Amino acid sequence: MKKRVILEASEVARLVEKLAADTAGDGKNLEGLAVVGVHNRGVPLAKRLVAAISKRWNVEPELGSLDITLYRDDLSDVASQPQVRGTEINFDISGKRVVLVDDVLYTGRTARAAISELIDFGRPGRIELAVLVDRGHHELPIAADYVAKKIETTPSQMVEVHLKEVDGRDEVLLIGDN
Amino acid sequence: MNWTRRHLLGLYDLSAEEINTILDTAASFKEVSTRSIKKVPPLRGRVVANLFFEPSTRTRISFELAASRLSADVVNFEKVTSSAVKGETLKDTARNIERMGVDIVVVRHSAPGAPHRLAEVLDASVINAGDGPHEHPTQALLDIFTMREHKDRLEGLTVAIVGDIAHSRVARSNIWGLQKLGAKVILVGPSTLVPGGFRELGVEVTHSLDEVIERCDVINMLRIQLERQEGGLFPSLREYSRMFGLNRERVSKAKEDVLIMHPGPMNRGVEITPQVADGPHSVILEQVENGLAVRMAAMYLVTRGR
Repeated sequence: MKKRVILEASEVARLVEKLAADTAGDGKNLEGLAVVGVHNRGVPLAKRLVAAISKRWNVEPELGSLDITLYRDDLSDVASQPQVRGTEINFDISGKRVVLVDDVLYTGRTARAAISELIDFGRPGRIELAVLVDRGHHELPIAADYVAKKIETTPSQMVEVHLKEVDGRDEVLLIGDN
Repeated sequence: MNWTRRHLLGLYDLSAEEINTILDTAASFKEVSTRSIKKVPPLRGRVVANLFFEPSTRTRISFELAASRLSADVVNFEKVTSSAVKGETLKDTARNIERMGVDIVVVRHSAPGAPHRLAEVLDASVINAGDGPHEHPTQALLDIFTMREHKDRLEGLTVAIVGDIAHSRVARSNIWGLQKLGAKVILVGPSTLVPGGFRELGVEVTHSLDEVIERCDVINMLRIQLERQEGGLFPSLREYSRMFGLNRERVSKAKEDVLIMHPGPMNRGVEITPQVADGPHSVILEQVENGLAVRMAAMYLVTRGR
């Protein structure tokens, strides 16, 4: 399968800064902000957003992580045997503006599961979605509030985000033909 | 790791890796009980049948609650209200219940191997909730889970199991599980209840708690079955308590961070004094809480096994 690097480390860094700024409303929308990463790569991404926001505007948003394994809609598939990795929401989400963070928005099913799981922890004031890459082909009426980069793809292609914390380097790959 | 088992019948058959997978999964499920909505959806639409041919309120309730927290539906089947008293065989009973669309059968039976026989004839997953004196895997798993939470690792720990080892499924499951994870097991009790033959399993056997108590990281006190005394297996409860009961004085000779465990229900004043049961070393109520997480993990994993 053909693999092509479409975003290099420096571009990923720039996009993370942009996503942090959008999430923070350029410093004007920080009240009650909580940033929650979705396993796997949403978790380090959420950490980077929080670090960038607190560095630039000197406030520390709440940080959490969600493992949506138990909320997936394909749990009964023969092939799926997912490991449960644990969810950490160590703060009260009631009334907060919770920004869910994931690396790629594709079908929207992960976001759907993340919303279902999140509201089992309480009643946030708002739930928003921030993604590094929106590659299209959504299968649910779900859109991201903050998108660092839109990428045109065909359904057979795959987009892989690599992050230093998980993969050893920062880059975005497009896999498949065209 | 890739979990492949459709049943949880005992710890004897499990590898260290499989035991660790259950414990890791249980750690994730423990968090669910801290949420404002204490329920997750993975077993939505599945049915769990509790088949208890021996009475046990708390184990049954623990399984029932664990199933509810995974969004499964639960039916309870107890011997007193069942056809078992009318002479129906175990196999027929289970097959009948399975036909109602049951996905997981949790079974407790006085006959060793009863869950294993059911696993052979049913399409449903079978979880052993205690088969005679043979195994009680979820109890041992929750014991080990609790030890791991406090001591981080099992390897190198010294665990004493005290009481009626000969008749105890909890002891057997603990022995298999603890040894696989690298802990050292000491069995303690009168020779009538702890026969020396247990040494063949690679454990230490002693008839004096005082001799070994200083070396123990964990002391797991088993319930002494009062009817055993009538069988002449020990002279009197007072004598048993004096030799093998945990009291403050005895605990003061143990390590400062010793964990005291008991699978319940306790005979306060016999195998354990109230001061020790409610004292700083006791993790007895944590065991109950961890039992829920371990049973959630077991039910989740057996439905994933292929």
